[in-house]
Amino acid sequence: MLDISQVSKLFNPGTPDEKIALMNIQLKLEPGDFVTVIGSNGAGKSTLMNIISGVMKPDIGEVRIGGKAIHHLPEHMRSRWIGRVFQDPMAGTAPTMSIEENLSMAYKRGKARGFGWGANAAKRKLFREQLSRLGIRLEDRMSAKVGLLSGGERQALSLLMATFTQPQILLLDEHTAALDPARAELITDLTEEIVRDMSLTTLMVTHNMEQAIRLGNRLIMMDKGRIILDIPESRKRDLTVPQLLGEFERISGRQLADDRIVLG
Amino acid sequence: MLESLTGAVELGLLYALMAIGVYITFRILDFPDLTVDASFTTGGAVAAVMISNGGSPLLATICAFGCGLAAGAVTGLLHTKGKVNGLLAGILMMIALYSVNMRIMGKPNISLVNTDTLFTSIEGNTVLYLLVLAIVVIMVKLLLDAFLHTDLGLALRATGDNARMIRSLGANTDTTKIIGVSLSNGLVAVSGAMIAQQSGFADMSMGVGTIVLGLASVIIGEAIFGIRSVVRATLAVILGSIVYRIIVALALRVEFLDTSDLKLITAVIVVGALVIPTVRRSMKQKSVARRRTQELIAAAGSQGGRS
Ligand SMILES: Nc1ncnc2c1ncn2[C@@H]1O[C@H](COP(=O)(O)OP(=O)(O)OP(=O)(O)O)[C@@H](O)[C@H]1O
Ligand SMILES: [Mg+2]
Repeated sequence: MLDISQVSKLFNPGTPDEKIALMNIQLKLEPGDFVTVIGSNGAGKSTLMNIISGVMKPDIGEVRIGGKAIHHLPEHMRSRWIGRVFQDPMAGTAPTMSIEENLSMAYKRGKARGFGWGANAAKRKLFREQLSRLGIRLEDRMSAKVGLLSGGERQALSLLMATFTQPQILLLDEHTAALDPARAELITDLTEEIVRDMSLTTLMVTHNMEQAIRLGNRLIMMDKGRIILDIPESRKRDLTVPQLLGEFERISGRQLADDRIVLG
Repeated sequence: MLESLTGAVELGLLYALMAIGVYITFRILDFPDLTVDASFTTGGAVAAVMISNGGSPLLATICAFGCGLAAGAVTGLLHTKGKVNGLLAGILMMIALYSVNMRIMGKPNISLVNTDTLFTSIEGNTVLYLLVLAIVVIMVKLLLDAFLHTDLGLALRATGDNARMIRSLGANTDTTKIIGVSLSNGLVAVSGAMIAQQSGFADMSMGVGTIVLGLASVIIGEAIFGIRSVVRATLAVILGSIVYRIIVALALRVEFLDTSDLKLITAVIVVGALVIPTVRRSMKQKSVARRRTQELIAAAGSQGGRS
């Protein structure tokens, strides 16, 4: 489904700040794969997400979705296939617009936008149904401005906006990191449920080691622009957090440094 | 007094479309577009040239709209594709359009006295005249409201609100910006065409200060009538344009003020409207901070007594 081959990215080439963020990344996801990604600060996890979604272009290498090469397309032309939730709850929604207007925009993901009515009765009905799946009563506040919602509510809405059109790839970049533990758990549960129900091919960056082990069917670990460990489902099932941290130390020769790390 | 009041309402309505144009760039797109100072003149110039050469006033006004659209599109292209800073793109277009406007008119001013304009047939009846103006402005407002609720309109609004998000949902924010700036200048040019017809002339400097006039209307309207929704905000801008003209009319009744002081009065209004809310907010914050600190100290004090 997602095929990343030989992808490398260099920032600020030829300056003193030159920094190789990704080196020869090789990663292939099958349809329905749910891969969790962990790694130290600056390992290149967000850069990888940005390259898949088109915010940045790789210097070398290819990104394919369903066999189609997409690495040369601008971000807005890839969004048809890719749903994304950012770390910052402010990033995924438009604050001065209402919940239903935000959903209307997500409904048109990757389609031409013309003079059709943004939110008509049929769409509203669909939005109401979808919102009720979140279980936080947003369906009763469809005309409320999104800026009035709490961070957790906004993130739940972002998650719904990223997924309800069933994109081929779902990218989650520490999308619970900015929330308090109770809200983070709600969003994690929702993520698990939505990804399972829609069998979305998902790549999820997380700083929560326990979550990285528990969720999904595969775990990859990144360090200094490389994928240093790739753990399949069979081994992941009875992996523990200390074992995982031990693996990191064994391969990289130092402790996992992540300023947002949660062990579980 | 009554006469100056109807005069103020008339001017307010004629300038309302310009104010709506400024609202689109300044508020919806969050793009301070200075092109309007020149595209207003472009609208007046195009209309005056066509009408004085015997063209139909309606056609002339429509052509003014088209020229405004084109001018705005160029500013939008400069900013998005040319990656020129937004303010600078507007200033560059303003300068360039000055020459273009001169070319269009061929001389610094064109008189439309004794020529039939859009308003000739209704000008005699003040009530009818104001009513027709109001209906035209309201119709434009309703069309714009509807547009801003279409899929494209939502993408346009999101471009000013959260560009990263709407890009990740597949909208080309370059395109939406160009559409918005273009539409804005189109409306500004129509307003220029209407002012030229109402005042009976177009001249090279008729657009000077348009951006500030527009801002004044937007800010006054928002302050008085609120911005809870798009429908409400566009209405507020129209009313703001009228209130602004009333304020100016009142100011001009003060003995020592002169017509040439108008721009200064406008700048003072805009500065006031921009500064007062900020000052009020920071004063409120200070008083909240003071109260909370006292509460916390009091709470800590009572706890300290126990331990
Ligand atoms: N736009 C940019 N310009 C220059 N350098 C960048 C840019 N984006 C990222 N980098 C650098 O590339 C490296 C990888 O960054 P990236 O954000 O991908 O790391 P990450 O794995 O997401 O880290 P974190 O856990 O802190 O989120 C870092 O050293 C970072 O400083
Ligand atoms: Mg990151």
